[in-house]
Amino acid sequence: MKRHHAVVRITHWVNVVALTIMVGSGLRIFNAYPAFARKGGTFCCYPFAGRAIPANLTFGGWLAGARNWHFAMMWVLVANGLVYLAFIYLHGEWRDLVPRRGVFHDSWQMVRFYVTARKDHPRQGKHNALQRMAYFSMPLVGILAVITGLAIWKPVELSPLTNLLGGYVWARYWHFLAMVLLVVLTIGHIFMVFTVDPYSIPSMITGRYREDLSPEARNARPLVHLLPSSATKAPDGSARH
Amino acid sequence: MAPRDTDHPPVTRAMRATRGHAAEQAGIDRRRFLAAASGTFGALLLAACNSEGPKSAQSLLEFAEAKNETVERALLRHTSMDVPRASAKIAGQHFPAYYVSDSVPIWDESTRGLWRLKVDGMVKRPLELSLADLASLPRIGYRLDHFCVEGWTAVATRTGVRLADIAKLAGAQPGAQYVDFASFDDDYHESWDIDSAMHPQTLVVYAQDGHYLNPSWGAPARIYSPVKLGYKNTKYLTRISFLPARNGGYWSDRGYEWYGGV
Repeated sequence: MKRHHAVVRITHWVNVVALTIMVGSGLRIFNAYPAFARKGGTFCCYPFAGRAIPANLTFGGWLAGARNWHFAMMWVLVANGLVYLAFIYLHGEWRDLVPRRGVFHDSWQMVRFYVTARKDHPRQGKHNALQRMAYFSMPLVGILAVITGLAIWKPVELSPLTNLLGGYVWARYWHFLAMVLLVVLTIGHIFMVFTVDPYSIPSMITGRYREDLSPEARNARPLVHLLPSSATKAPDGSARH
Repeated sequence: MAPRDTDHPPVTRAMRATRGHAAEQAGIDRRRFLAAASGTFGALLLAACNSEGPKSAQSLLEFAEAKNETVERALLRHTSMDVPRASAKIAGQHFPAYYVSDSVPIWDESTRGLWRLKVDGMVKRPLELSLADLASLPRIGYRLDHFCVEGWTAVATRTGVRLADIAKLAGAQPGAQYVDFASFDDDYHESWDIDSAMHPQTLVVYAQDGHYLNPSWGAPARIYSPVKLGYKNTKYLTRISFLPARNGGYWSDRGYEWYGGV
């Protein structure tokens, strides 16, 4: 039994490439005017106006190059996202991702476990409650990024949408915030993969996963119980801690 | 494609002065790239990002631009009108000034004679309109957003003549699917699809915020439409040519999207 279906694995890595290029080129575009205020106006809510994003975090080289990448890669991002969402809906994987009843309580227990206020790893299914929240919100924020992106790509032809978001200036701000959220979720995801469950990396490449090395089986916190101990080697995973 | 001689969109004198600084930054990034290449995978990924991407991707990007143009043309509606937010203030003196010449282009009557706007190409009646001629044509004014490719916007009141009215006056022929707008700002020009040119908010503008254009905003006349990004809207206008084929443009030839729709 594979942990992740091939469709999920492929769309995951396509998304890595597409999202990286979208964020990098988007930051290069942003650097052409790293502010939000309309000319002759002010903007309440961005304290870093005028400060460019470091160039080595951007992609595309110059404004036109970045725009050409951004407006090409957007189709890959959207098509890939639609394939993923259609698949997890039709194939049932959404059940592992949609928050269940008690998700806030369960998330709180995960937080308590991570800060050592609780000794034993909460019971979980495929994902823990924090993962569910993260993996569920990722596509939602992605959809927000696409909608706000359309609003600032075509503020005249799609003016009803742009107006709904508060006009071009605000739509551009929401687009920026959606990007920040996606980046924060991604950084958190990568950090947790490497410090809690590096054994899940093969599962996103070949699909294979050793349940006896799961964070629950290892009672693993970030950087704690990272290596499999002898006690966790039981094939049925029953000898925990 | 013409060689890219600049890393910037329409530039001001002030922006040109910062080019040396930009080049310095590029040097630092190259050193960082070398440092990171020997480092971790993550650092490598980040450093590799500061480039235009692989050259082999250029044909894919051009393919995407062509497909995007199809989508943008399909989205264009003559009934989609730009209406700035009620709360948006007129930019006034904060409205940026852009030109590609070394100094503000000013039409010098003593050497060039009276300014006239030529309307030619696939038209039944080629025209040469003076500023007085333009002012005598049906006048229309809009409070309009200006969408710059860089991401900023500004609101200004634009007064002038609908390009559609001038096309009618000149008798533009049905085969004219493109329009080129030329200027006396060096060789600046940009060509458009006819549908965008005939949008009711596409104007030959001779006044901004209630006054005749000043030189930094494109005097004596410029093209302006909110359905095109700023760089498509030629200032210091001298000639409107109705053409059977597209004719590129100053920034479109340098790598910026030709269609540039909003």
